[in-house]
Amino acid sequence: MDNLLGHYDHLDGEFAADPYPVWAEMRERCPVAHSDLYKGFWVPTRHEDIYAIAHDPDTFSSRKVAIPDDLLSDGAGEFEFSAPPITSDPPFHTQFRRMLLPAFSPKQIAGWEPVTWRIADELIDAFEGRDRIDGARDYAQNIPITVIARMLGVDESERDTFTGWLRGLVEVGPSNPEGARAAFGEMLAYLSAKIAEHRALPAEDIITFLIDTVVDGESLSDDDLLGTCLLLLLAGIDTTWSSIGSSLHYLATHPEDRRRLVDALDDPDSTLWSLAIEEFLRAFAPVTMARYVAKSTVIDGVSIREGDMLLLPFPAANRDPSVFDRADEVVIDREANRHLAFGVGIHRCLGSNLARMELRVGLQAFLRRVPDFEIADAAQVRYAGGQIRGPRELPLSIPAKSGASR
Amino acid sequence: MRVVVDSDRCQGHARCVLILPEVFDSDDLGYAVVRDGGRVRAEDEAGVKRAAANCPERAIVVDG
Repeated sequence: MDNLLGHYDHLDGEFAADPYPVWAEMRERCPVAHSDLYKGFWVPTRHEDIYAIAHDPDTFSSRKVAIPDDLLSDGAGEFEFSAPPITSDPPFHTQFRRMLLPAFSPKQIAGWEPVTWRIADELIDAFEGRDRIDGARDYAQNIPITVIARMLGVDESERDTFTGWLRGLVEVGPSNPEGARAAFGEMLAYLSAKIAEHRALPAEDIITFLIDTVVDGESLSDDDLLGTCLLLLLAGIDTTWSSIGSSLHYLATHPEDRRRLVDALDDPDSTLWSLAIEEFLRAFAPVTMARYVAKSTVIDGVSIREGDMLLLPFPAANRDPSVFDRADEVVIDREANRHLAFGVGIHRCLGSNLARMELRVGLQAFLRRVPDFEIADAAQVRYAGGQIRGPRELPLSIPAKSGASR
Repeated sequence: MRVVVDSDRCQGHARCVLILPEVFDSDDLGYAVVRDGGRVRAEDEAGVKRAAANCPERAIVVDG
């Protein structure tokens, strides 16, 4: 109820567990709400408004994309979080993004699919002899972490340290700002060292690619370089992990849809999987962005002033009944699905092709070998809130033989 | 039927490429391009309409 009384709190655990009724009520009664928390910010919940805001980067700048905005800093004021292209505006944004786009095009990402299958299958191998696993910790989170570690060229020997460390950073997250800042400092140190290594000895990976990147005749500043490495790491991890986890949660509790998807695994003519993936993306979109108001404006009759902050809850847009029939139902064969899970406009998620592939492979690999599973203990399911929402604990009962055969 | 992708609007979501690769392809940056000059065979018409209905940027323009 506080959410409707000027205290909307996306970091609240109770809200994170089920935000949909709150968004529905806000959309109905106060479609451009204001919260007095975290220095104050606006929260539009209608698809139409969110769509229009995302398409107006001159008014709604990306120079700040997080609320509260001091989550990602080193606490000493020495590192101002800047991670282009996500935290930048045109014209710099346009050129910078153009440099990165080829690495994430559908054709490039297709090359990572066999690796992703191997990663997923190895994770399932480790289920052998267990009749209870955690769908988030033992599976969903490890897929994007392992893929991105390989993309960034993290050495095999460092991979466990790296993944354990990342898990800590993302898990501690917004609920413990001090812990997150400490973890963040470690990450900065690690990446700075990596960048220095790559300057001395170039490799064929994304870090060297970024070092060699020239925008407007200039190489990236050290802060931009560091920020972009961080962006690639962070933006690709708890987001995809959340999508895989939320979808597994749904499939654990909806055996009919699960069976339809299992049956469609071996049917090359079926379009069910591609429809279902988009529906999971729509219904469980994990990402909410934020914008800084660069020019005073009016949204839906509400005056917004220059310097204000604003949340852009794409998951709320995806549940707007004026755009989607049965908006709050998961319809796995939904045909018209203009969802905004990856945002919209010039900041469309750079990694969307990678994320979609990881989600599909993650679910297909799981259902192929674990066609039957259910929630082991509903009381232990825990969702993280904040701007990336998804299950962080998801205890599942599975047949103990699941890991044994491929 | 003919189809064009409005390149000012396309942001490279690649939804059309996934729905109907026979008609839509992506360039090196990931933006959508139409094959065969945008001529749509009869058997692809329903798919083109579906791609248009799913484009998050409303960048697919169908004529005829």
